[in-house]
Amino acid sequence: MRPDDRQSDRVPLLKQRWEVQGGNFITAGNVSTKIKDLLKEIQISPDLIRRLAICCYEAEMNIVMYAGKGSMTLEIHSSELVLIVEDQGQGIPDINLAMQEGWSTATEAMREKGFGAGMGLPNIKRNADKFDLTSKLGQGTTLRVSITLT
Amino acid sequence: MKLREVEKLLEAQTLAGTQRLDDLVIETAGAADLMSDVLAFSHPGTLLLTGLATVQSISTADIADIKAIIYVRGKHPDIEVVTKAEERGIPLLCTSLGMFECCGRLYRAGIRDDGHAAR
Repeated sequence: MRPDDRQSDRVPLLKQRWEVQGGNFITAGNVSTKIKDLLKEIQISPDLIRRLAICCYEAEMNIVMYAGKGSMTLEIHSSELVLIVEDQGQGIPDINLAMQEGWSTATEAMREKGFGAGMGLPNIKRNADKFDLTSKLGQGTTLRVSITLT
Repeated sequence: MKLREVEKLLEAQTLAGTQRLDDLVIETAGAADLMSDVLAFSHPGTLLLTGLATVQSISTADIADIKAIIYVRGKHPDIEVVTKAEERGIPLLCTSLGMFECCGRLYRAGIRDDGHAAR
């Protein structure tokens, strides 16, 4: 890769940010649907769209279930799709534990919606090519995933 | 099998996407009440059988490229759910039959498991 190429790839071709309202199960998923529609419009391959859309939706549901508010940012680069999810929730005390399939702090109300089975974060990781999760107790959580464009 | 044949086989009523009953061909199906499982284990283009008649089932189907949804055990969605299914182009059917009976009838008619078909 030439230095110019690397430089150009740091600046996304497109960047868009959406707010996500915590606790609202009625609108939950709306941002993920918008992101999916946007990726369809620019003719990203259906397999890659599905993988990123699953990452988006799982992350959006996490904001809705666990944080007061948050945001989702999509960056489209020439070589990858990047999703950055930030929330101002209570944070994750033990990330290793949260990454274990089946481990969950979900309430019964969340489970009644069909979520909260402790599958979300592992499923995001499974669908992403790069996965980075950081969290500070009492401050919030930041998730960054990317999917390589082939 | 066309979705219209599925409708008949499962004694179902179509709530959204009536115009697509003769277009959509169903080859595989998956059954789950847990949307996390649908997101984790389903494959694109499958038929989803679920007892979760909420707006989350539509969003999940939309995200996971599910071809159509059947609500089992007599679950009937609110009008907002039907409206969203129409908007997103996802046919929505409901039946009073149970999940096991639906799966059995579909399997006997040649529909195969979503995950098994993909392996």
